[in-house]
Amino acid sequence: MAPPKSFLVSRLVFLTLLTGFVLLPVYVMISSSLKPLQDVSGKFQWIPSGLTIQPYFDIWKTVPLGDYFMNSLIVAGAATVFSVVIAIFAAYAVSRYSFRGKRLFTVTVLSTQMFPGILFLLPLFLIYVNIGNATGIALFGSRAGLILTYLTFSLPFSIWMLIGYFDSVPRDLDEAAKVDGCGPLGALFRVIVPAAIPGIVAVAVYAFMTAWGEVLFASVMTNDATRTLAVGLQGYSTQNDVYWNQVMAASLVVSLPVVGGFLLLQRYLVTGLTAGAVK
Amino acid sequence: MTTTAPPRTGKRTVRKDHPGAAPRTRRPGRLRRISLPYLLLLPALVLELLVHLIPMVIGIVVSFKELTQFYLRDWSNAPWSGLDNYSLTVDFDAPVGEALLSSFFTTCLFTFFSVGLCWLIGTAAAIFMQETFRGRGILRTIFLVPYALPVYAAVITWAFMFQRDNGLVNHVIHDQLGLTDSPPFWLIGDNAFITLLVVSVWKGWPFAFLIMMAGLQNIPREIYEAAALDGAGVWQQIRRITLPSLRPVNQVLILVLFLWTFNDFNTPFVLFGKSAPASADLISIHIYQSSFQTWNFGTGSAMSVLLLLFLLVVTGLYLLFTSRGRSATDA
Repeated sequence: MAPPKSFLVSRLVFLTLLTGFVLLPVYVMISSSLKPLQDVSGKFQWIPSGLTIQPYFDIWKTVPLGDYFMNSLIVAGAATVFSVVIAIFAAYAVSRYSFRGKRLFTVTVLSTQMFPGILFLLPLFLIYVNIGNATGIALFGSRAGLILTYLTFSLPFSIWMLIGYFDSVPRDLDEAAKVDGCGPLGALFRVIVPAAIPGIVAVAVYAFMTAWGEVLFASVMTNDATRTLAVGLQGYSTQNDVYWNQVMAASLVVSLPVVGGFLLLQRYLVTGLTAGAVK
Repeated sequence: MTTTAPPRTGKRTVRKDHPGAAPRTRRPGRLRRISLPYLLLLPALVLELLVHLIPMVIGIVVSFKELTQFYLRDWSNAPWSGLDNYSLTVDFDAPVGEALLSSFFTTCLFTFFSVGLCWLIGTAAAIFMQETFRGRGILRTIFLVPYALPVYAAVITWAFMFQRDNGLVNHVIHDQLGLTDSPPFWLIGDNAFITLLVVSVWKGWPFAFLIMMAGLQNIPREIYEAAALDGAGVWQQIRRITLPSLRPVNQVLILVLFLWTFNDFNTPFVLFGKSAPASADLISIHIYQSSFQTWNFGTGSAMSVLLLLFLLVVTGLYLLFTSRGRSATDA
C-alpha cells in the first residue's frame, strides 16, 4: 500500500531541509578552503569568484601543521591501542566468567563514562605536577601524559562496547576450542578475538575518532612541542587577521582520516553504538 | 637446543591426531582458575585506579584545601580550609556563587532545548527513513557526517559562518533577506546562546537518529501489516505503533544525550574560546575558567564535586523513575 501524499510531501520537505542543514558547513568548509584570502575576509560569497589551491600549501607553513598532525596521530593511536588491548582482556573476563566484584566493576566502568572530563582534568594536572616535582619526569606537557588522560574516556567505552561484542560470540565456539585443548587465553585469541574482529575494529575506530577530536585535555596538557591538531588549528588567527581559507583547508585535511574511517566502517560502528541502548 | 623439542605450532595438530593424548603439562590449578578473571582484569583495574579513582579522591581532597597558585608546586601541603570552598561556591549573593548559579541555569536551559531538538529531529528523520526509498542509503551516510567530523573542525567552521562581517549567516539574513537593520553579533552577547544551540543540535542529532533507527528495526513488521489491514493510515501507525514502541529506547537515549550535553566542553570552547559570553557560559567552561584562569583549584574542585553530585542525583532519579515506569506498564 503506497503511503498517502501528505506523508510523502512531509518526508520530502523535512529530509530536504535537514540535508541542507547538515551539509551547509561542509559546503562552507570546502568552498572557503578554495578561496583567496581577500574573498574570505570580505562578504561571504556563495559562489567563489576565483578558485585557488594555494591554501592547501600554505597551511603547512603558517603553523607547523605536520608536527601537530604527528602529535595527534601518536597520542590518538597510542590511546586507542592501549585501551583496546586492555579492554579485550577485561571484556573477556566480564563476558565469560562470573566472579566476585563483577557487578561493581561493570557499574564503575559504566558510571565513569558519564562523568565530565573537567572532573578529571584538575586532579590529573595536580598528579602530573607532583610526579614532576618528585621524580623529574615531566608528564605535564608530554605525549605520554596526554595519552594517559585520554584513557579516561577511551578505556571505559572500549570495555563497555567490547563486552557487548564478545557476548554476541556464541559460547559454544570457545567451549569447542577448550575441548580441542585451548587454554582460556587460547580460546580468547584463537576463537573470540577472530570472531569479534569487526567489533574490535569498530571500537578502535571509535576510540581513535574520539581522541582525534578531543579538545579539553589537549588545550591544558600540551606545550609547543606536543600540541595536537585540536589546539593547533587556533594558530591560523593572528593579531590582525584570521586566515579563514587556511583554517577551512586545514579543517578539511584533519577531518579526512576520521571521516573516511567512519564512513567505511559505519555499519559495524552503528551496530556497536546502538547495541547497548536498544537491547 | 630446540631440535629435540617439537615445534610449538605443531602441538595442536599432534593433539588432534591423538585425541587421548595428555593435555598440556602446565594444567591450570584451582587457584589459577579462580584468579584468572582477576588477572585478566588487572591491567584495566590498574588503569581505572590511575585515571579515574585516584583523581576523583584527589579532586575531593583538594576541594577542602586552599589551593591557589602559591601552593600549586606543592599542593599536598596546601592548608586545609574546611568547607570554605563550598560555602564560597554556594554563597549565591557573592560574585563566585552568583556566577556559578547563573552558569548552572544557563546549562540547564541549554541542555533542555538541545536535547529536545536533537531528540525531535533524530526521531522524525528515523521515522521518515524507516521505509526504503530511492537515495535512502546516501542520505543516511550524509546524516552521519556531523557525527564523524572532529569537533574542532566542524565547530570552527560554524564559528566562521557566524562571524559578524564575513560570515554566511549575516550575509543571508542581512544582505540577502534584509531582515535586520545592521548585521548582528552572534558570538558575543545574548545571541551566543542561539549560536551554541544551533551548533550543538547540528552535532548531536545524528546520534539520536542512529539510536532511533536501530530501535525501529526491532519493531516487527507484522504489527504494521495488521494495523494496515484494520484500516490504520501511516500517520495513525506512527502515533499508535512506532512512538509507543520507541519508549524504552527513548529512556536510554535521553539520559545519554542529557549527560553529553550537560557536560559538553568542546563545542563552547571552540566557538567562544576560554571565556564564553554570559548567555552561553556552560558549566564545564565555567569550572575550567574558575580553575585555570584564576588558578583557584580549591573552588574549582568544589564546583566539580557539586556537579558530580548533581549528575549522580539526576541520573539516579531518572533511572528509578524510568524503571518504575517500565515495570508499571509491564504489570
